[in-house]
Amino acid sequence: MTMASADELTFHEFEEATNLLAETPDAATTSRSDQLTPQGHVAVAVGSGGSYGAEDEVEEESDKAALLQEKQQQQPGFWTFSYYQSFFDVDTSQVLNRIKGSLLPRPGHNFVRHHLRNRPDLYGPFWICATLAFVLAVTGNLTLVLAQRRDPSIHYSPQFHKVTVAGISIYCYAWLVPLALWGFLRWRKGVRERMGPYTFLETVCVYGYSLFVFIPMVVLWLIPVPWLQWLFGALALGLSATGLVFTLWPVVREDTRLVAMVLLSAVVLLHALLAVGCKLYFFQSLPPENVAPPPQITSRPSNIPLPPTLPQSMAPS
Amino acid sequence: MAEAEESPGDPGTASPRPLFAGLSDISISQDIPVEGEITIPMKSRIREFDSSTLNESVRNTIMRDLKAVGKKFMHVLYPRKSNTLLRDWDLWGPLILCVTLALMLQRDSVDSEKDGGPQFAEVFVIVWFGAVTITLNSKLLGGNISFFQSLCVLGYCILPLTVAMLICRLVLLADPGPVNFMVRLFVVIVMFAWSIVASTAFLADSQPPNRRALAVYPVFLFYFVISWMILTFTPQ
Repeated sequence: MTMASADELTFHEFEEATNLLAETPDAATTSRSDQLTPQGHVAVAVGSGGSYGAEDEVEEESDKAALLQEKQQQQPGFWTFSYYQSFFDVDTSQVLNRIKGSLLPRPGHNFVRHHLRNRPDLYGPFWICATLAFVLAVTGNLTLVLAQRRDPSIHYSPQFHKVTVAGISIYCYAWLVPLALWGFLRWRKGVRERMGPYTFLETVCVYGYSLFVFIPMVVLWLIPVPWLQWLFGALALGLSATGLVFTLWPVVREDTRLVAMVLLSAVVLLHALLAVGCKLYFFQSLPPENVAPPPQITSRPSNIPLPPTLPQSMAPS
Repeated sequence: MAEAEESPGDPGTASPRPLFAGLSDISISQDIPVEGEITIPMKSRIREFDSSTLNESVRNTIMRDLKAVGKKFMHVLYPRKSNTLLRDWDLWGPLILCVTLALMLQRDSVDSEKDGGPQFAEVFVIVWFGAVTITLNSKLLGGNISFFQSLCVLGYCILPLTVAMLICRLVLLADPGPVNFMVRLFVVIVMFAWSIVASTAFLADSQPPNRRALAVYPVFLFYFVISWMILTFTPQ
């Protein structure tokens, strides 16, 4: 136990904060630093041992728990409007800060603890998904327009049904996958000692904000150079998946190695599937009538030797 | 009237009071008129007003509503900070604009391929559910605008884009070409900016200043999607 106490005392102060937040996931944080008192730090260590003169600390813990319960009871019921208003309690600067945090994942900084600070919001995930769905449909359509300019035999159509497909697939991904992940983490909760699982809203937040990097990626996919498109895709996928892994690592690190590896690779794989699926479905152009190549790369018309009808048929319909 | 005469009479017979004692001595001569209206003058005015809107001609009713809608159109076309759109909200204008836009945007029924433009129902759903979502978002962020006021503003500010759709259809009657596309692009961009400016002039004040951008961004997305639908419209 003394070995453990020496290790605990050498922790960096910021990790104390994250541990404290992990132990009390229902507490809303403020910017005051007096929450990180040494008493709180000792209370964290009591959970695994108990040889620190436990009476005072236990009383403080129960006092804190009673205070938290009071705070919880003041929350309105889920049928009132103000319950949902509490999920939109963000300012512009906070949303921008969270977006920046998802764009630049750093190894020490857990997105949930560092940026969300136990105050997840629904504004970010909802509108980032909406933007991504519409940007996908619009740029997919634009790609068709640009391809038709190069090769007028391609038939252009507004392809409005892609808006529906994009919307449904993005929203399903951003809400069902966090649900599955949250459920799985709660199921494995018994294995973990120190860190509580994330709430459902925090998981949704993490996924929603991690989708933000796909928006500029999709816009850059307008450039009809295939290796550049795959490069951008890999970059964006790397950033996004790294953010997710860094956020999930503190939670799964205490689990068995097998479960941790399987979970993290499943998360990354699903993310990659989303990116590749978007690329293949929204950025294909219809094949022209005289040639039938695989409809996956938009710069295909320039690679295939077409009959020289291009100069006289430059006017699109 | 008979009851009024009897009821003071009954207490007079059951337990005689000094007030009603002399009532039975009153004789009604024929030159005192005993009929009339016991009404307060103000009430009669209100009753006249009610019956006037009920009995007025249909033309008056329609013209009054049309004038209200037209006045709001003018407020949208020349946006300045005024409360007219918010105070006397109505949803006739948005309905007229939405139906006009959807009628002009729908794909030909002859064209049965799946890849066409939006159907009438799709445009309708996008406009109305988009407006409802933006209103809910604005209220959840803590704005102090009512639900229908916000719907009214968002619906009326589609007017510049409807005008753009009309212009685009006229321009598309000419021969197609890059100039055609440039003209349509320019018109749609100008009208899109006009819509955003008009709706922001009405909606921005209802939000606290540190959340204004959060409330305005969905409006931007909404009009962007409508502009995209207008720009990609191709007659078959």
